[in-house]
Amino acid sequence: MSAPPKEPKGTGPAGSLDRHSKLGLSSERLLWMYRQMLLARSVDRRMWLLNRQGKAPFVVSGRGHEAAQVGAAAAMRPGVDWLVPYYRDLAFCLALGVTAADFMLSVFARASDPSSGGRQMPSHFSNVEARIVSTSSVVGPKQLHACGIAYAAQLRGLDEVAVSCIGEGGTSEGDWHEAMNFASIHRLPFICLVQDNDYAISVPRRLQMAVADVAHRAKGYGMPGVSVDGGDVLEVYTAMRRAMERARSGQGPTLIAARVARFTSHSSDDDQRRYRPAEELEAMLALDPLERFGEYLTRQGLLTPEQDSTLKDDCHEEVEEATRRAEVAPSPEPSDIHRHLFQEG
Amino acid sequence: MAQRTLIDGIREAMAEEMERDPRVFVLGEDVGRKGGVFLATEGLQERFGPDRVLDTPLAEAGIVGIAIGASLNGLIPVAEIQFADFIHPAFDQIVSEATRMRYRSYGAYSCPITIRVPYGGGVHGGLYHSQSIEAFYAHVPGLKVVAPSTPADAKGLLTSAIRDPDPVMFLEHKKTYRLIKGEIPPGEHLVEFGQAAERRSGRHATCIAWGLMVHHCLEAAESLAAEGLEIQVLDLRSLRPLPEAQILEAVASTSRALIVYEDNLTGGFGAEIAALIAEKAFADLDAPVTRVAAPDLPAMPFNPAQEAAFLPSPERIAAALRTLVAY
Repeated sequence: MSAPPKEPKGTGPAGSLDRHSKLGLSSERLLWMYRQMLLARSVDRRMWLLNRQGKAPFVVSGRGHEAAQVGAAAAMRPGVDWLVPYYRDLAFCLALGVTAADFMLSVFARASDPSSGGRQMPSHFSNVEARIVSTSSVVGPKQLHACGIAYAAQLRGLDEVAVSCIGEGGTSEGDWHEAMNFASIHRLPFICLVQDNDYAISVPRRLQMAVADVAHRAKGYGMPGVSVDGGDVLEVYTAMRRAMERARSGQGPTLIAARVARFTSHSSDDDQRRYRPAEELEAMLALDPLERFGEYLTRQGLLTPEQDSTLKDDCHEEVEEATRRAEVAPSPEPSDIHRHLFQEG
Repeated sequence: MAQRTLIDGIREAMAEEMERDPRVFVLGEDVGRKGGVFLATEGLQERFGPDRVLDTPLAEAGIVGIAIGASLNGLIPVAEIQFADFIHPAFDQIVSEATRMRYRSYGAYSCPITIRVPYGGGVHGGLYHSQSIEAFYAHVPGLKVVAPSTPADAKGLLTSAIRDPDPVMFLEHKKTYRLIKGEIPPGEHLVEFGQAAERRSGRHATCIAWGLMVHHCLEAAESLAAEGLEIQVLDLRSLRPLPEAQILEAVASTSRALIVYEDNLTGGFGAEIAALIAEKAFADLDAPVTRVAAPDLPAMPFNPAQEAAFLPSPERIAAALRTLVAY
């Protein structure tokens, strides 16, 4: 990455601190990140509409997690580094190369759905070119797959980093512990991004763990645990970039705990108003990571209200087009269920 | 050719495949410096280094999960589960992850891993070093399950397992490790999956078994020969894929089938073979399909007399065969 241009501090039009230049992030890159967040939100809104229209039997959302995911993805090398995602990683996967069109095919379970040919529920991402690994619905076991990928990279002498995602609830699983332990023993090029949104479906963090922050768990494995504001895309990017440098220079794994907000219920089959206080939901929704980043860009003179609405319209149109195409795309034949149990041919 | 042990065949398959293909690596508890608790991997770490013969933490889900991940990034892992009795924490990794990777990604990702599993009793292993676990795994689509009973097959089936593009569970009966001797073909030796082997020909009844029970069936057949009974013994070798045509052909030739397995009777893999014969060879049968298996009890006790009472013996098998032939 080239050295950032030397600029005096606090050069934004409103006198606000420039936080991106010293990270080497260009205005184009920032606007790309912002657009990825907007696109993810737009896709997310659309899939819920499809669910409410009875066209999508199930959706599970990452709304509120976009800054953490795009901030992390922006520090990775798509097609080189690996992502072992979990079901809230829509923004993450879009930022690594999955398209809105790809995703909508999975919402409708179409034959041409590149993640699974219509077999998996939506948000079970998989994309070979983007090195996004196919996962089950269970979040614990896949952490070990990321470590195995990292072990293979290390054994083969490849400059690749494996990143896995999970929620704070998932860190209660034994497989997560086994993964963290193994990664640290072998100083693997591995990063675990925990998206801590306070709830595992309905169970609050205090009933998952006795520590106040998931990052505290890292100490027990002998690796750094970094706690970040997951609503701040630049803070996540900074932590992720540092973790990537550690991983690539042979210093080992990092646990990043990003505090995020789960704007939606766990899934389309849940209603979080049943177990979360109304004031809590209201306060959470008032702090939207998209608005926070939009305001930063505006203060830095990088985004005008006109540009903002053009970006949003673009995303909306992209998602509408993806939805229209996916809706009329063919379904797999029932007899197709027998394919790909073992290698064919 | 020299008589060698079954575990020699296992070790030779791994060593030759590691020599041939740098992607092959071995992982498990104690597989490195110690060479495995049964010495199946003895000498491999000295030859191939600690990265390719990896001593893992004491965590079976971890062993299989790491193997799955490593296979996704270009390696060919051979994972050792120290005892079949300890495999249960890895059930989820095997059943929900390894065997579904190809299916759930519509062929985009695959999982070419071999899981070596020492199983079975008669070794004074008590409740937790004696179990048979094949029924759990032979039930699962997407997994191949094989079980050698001879040193040559141990090498040939394990070599095929390592080269297989999909997950394979390789079951090794612990009692056969050093008890069963035979020739091992030098150099490349592959045994195709889904092919049973007739270990003894006979016209009065067919015994179907795998692993150690093949040898108990052979002993029973030998003792019945003195009584004028000619018993065919079919060594399945491969549970999934099941050598269906060979089973049906064998039963058609004798009209009587005895299935022997050392797992619990109820829901054991032999029940599947019994169902197959009942469905597809009913008209060939002169007697009910019969099973000899372990009782429906947790596992075999440590006490030697009780252990013997649990394990299907050649005498029990012979008695069942007499009844079957007399029917």
